[in-house]
Amino acid sequence: MASLLELKNVSKIYGDLHALDDVSLTVEKGEWVAIMGPSGSGKSTMMNIIGCMDKPSLGQVLLDGKDISKESQTSLTTIRRDKIGLIFQQFHLINYLNAVENVMVAQYYHSVPDEKEALAALERVGLKDRAKHLPSQLSGGEQQRVCIARALINNPEIILADEPTGNLDEANENIVLDIFRQLHKEGTSLVVVTHDPEVGEVAQRTIRLEHGKIISDEKNENFVE
Amino acid sequence: MIKNKKRLMFFKMISLSLLRRRSRMIVALLAIVVGATVLAGLVTIYYDVPRQMSESMRSYGANMIFTPDGTDSLTDEMIERALSYIPARDLDGYTPYRYENTTINKNPVTFAGVDFDGVKKTAPYWNVDGAYPTRDGEVLIGANVAKTFNLGVGDKTVAVSSIEITEDVDESLIPDYEIIEIDGVKSADHELPIKVVGIIQTGSSEEDYVYLSYSDVEYLTAKHRGYDLVEVSVNSTGGLESYTTSISNGVEGLRAKLIKHVAASESAVLTKLTSLIFIVTAVVLLLTMICVATTMTAVIAERRKEIGLRKALGASNLSVVGEFLGEGLLLGGVGGILGSVLGYVFAEIVSKNVFGGSITFLWWLIPVTIIASVAVTGIACLIPIRSAVDVDPALVLKGE
Ligand SMILES: Nc1ncnc2c1ncn2[C@@H]1O[C@H](COP(=O)(O)OP(=O)(O)O)[C@@H](O)[C@H]1O
Ligand SMILES: [Mg+2]
Repeated sequence: MASLLELKNVSKIYGDLHALDDVSLTVEKGEWVAIMGPSGSGKSTMMNIIGCMDKPSLGQVLLDGKDISKESQTSLTTIRRDKIGLIFQQFHLINYLNAVENVMVAQYYHSVPDEKEALAALERVGLKDRAKHLPSQLSGGEQQRVCIARALINNPEIILADEPTGNLDEANENIVLDIFRQLHKEGTSLVVVTHDPEVGEVAQRTIRLEHGKIISDEKNENFVE
Repeated sequence: MIKNKKRLMFFKMISLSLLRRRSRMIVALLAIVVGATVLAGLVTIYYDVPRQMSESMRSYGANMIFTPDGTDSLTDEMIERALSYIPARDLDGYTPYRYENTTINKNPVTFAGVDFDGVKKTAPYWNVDGAYPTRDGEVLIGANVAKTFNLGVGDKTVAVSSIEITEDVDESLIPDYEIIEIDGVKSADHELPIKVVGIIQTGSSEEDYVYLSYSDVEYLTAKHRGYDLVEVSVNSTGGLESYTTSISNGVEGLRAKLIKHVAASESAVLTKLTSLIFIVTAVVLLLTMICVATTMTAVIAERRKEIGLRKALGASNLSVVGEFLGEGLLLGGVGGILGSVLGYVFAEIVSKNVFGGSITFLWWLIPVTIIASVAVTGIACLIPIRSAVDVDPALVLKGE
């Protein structure tokens, strides 16, 4: 069976700058991978390519065994919609829609909005009683949990999180990590970009980037299944 | 079912975007409301003004006159026959005039015998200081006459008519006058004491006359005679020419004419008003468009992250464009509804103040106004919304 995600000699080149430089990487179904590295090392560039929001300059990207590196913008949009759940450092909730409506937006573009399912997703992240609150009425941690519920709602193949705890305090960071643990237990594949060692350590596997190259790729020995 | 749920979500998103971001959209909405109000208001006025104009023009006086044609004067019988050509419901009023030359303090003045009730209909623009005469011996004098003879309201004087005693003089009207005979011509100076009860101002030739009742004129001149002129006020927006032709042909010795300057100025004013309404409406709609386009440009710039997010969640360019256009059109529709109501109010106020009448409600103008607002808003949105297509979903992974 094909791996969930396979990067083969992927480079992203901006002028002289190799934001990603001949990166190869395989992620299996159900894996929880942390991608770490200093600012400017190419983490977001990699997320954009995995998340079908950008194409590599060189190399191949296989998602579920399908090469997405040559796909058109339109079919990338379709693949992203069907297979990928995104979690952002800045949450990116729509400010005039309440929590449950924000979750329903993802359903709207994917298939059909369904309030019951959206409420169930909010319940999963412990926010059922906040469903009718606007983002401005929610704390940062709560907003991030809405963002996670939105990423989960369409049962994506893989969840991509770029600095998910970058704007959160320690207590909220722990809540988010607990949710990730839960998702991992349920078999969801997770790729989490972070520069925070604590967030990196709890993952199953840690990949380090520097100047667009992978400098290390290790299983986490302390990982508790 | 699936379609319905999606449609419901679509309307929920666009309406909540407008509703919960009120302060942002209020300027655009206001612009649309103003545009729609002006459109609906001016169109209402445009449709109602010809009717109102003809009413108010008629209040500026008679629009037809009868004059003798090859005869000395017009008789009651001729006038009656002429008027029979005009349907009773279209006849607003008429006034026969009998003019005679007399003197006051040996200075010549033209006296006009009139029916004051008729005058109120055919010459409502007479500005009377004082009152209309109600009994014999009372007169209205023109402002120029008042100045020349230094007469005011309430003053009394005597009009003197020098009568040549000929066959048509009714000597029973001058029983005790001293008849002077010079070279076989008999004459008498006939006097009529008069009291000024009102002074009229019109800014025109009426200010040179003295107006009094027919019986006073007859007494003063001691002659039975018909009328020199009849002013007629006909209530009709068109077809006046056909009346004058058939009257002139049908009544021997009488000629009917339209008072041209009123009829001509009426249509000239209407033409000018129409183009003015067209220009004002076009300018206001253009301003509305500019305001909506500006707001929409700002809104899309502000919401680039949201657009990026929608695309990251799988929205196609078409659906993003559809959502923003939907917001614009909804705004246009709401503005159109408000505008069509306010436009009617606006037209009513203008009509009351300018024409002194009330307006007819044009029901079909409501859908027209709404469609026009939606169209104007839609066009105004097109260019700004195109920039939404260029937004890159990768934006959502970029730090601030
Ligand atoms: N669109 C772009 N054009 C030019 N350079 C870019 C672009 N996007 C990213 N870069 C550059 O690529 C490098 C990697 O960026 P990024 O992947 O955002 O780093 P990280 O997320 O690890 O901080 C940086 O040096 C950045 O300046
Ligand atoms: Mg980054």
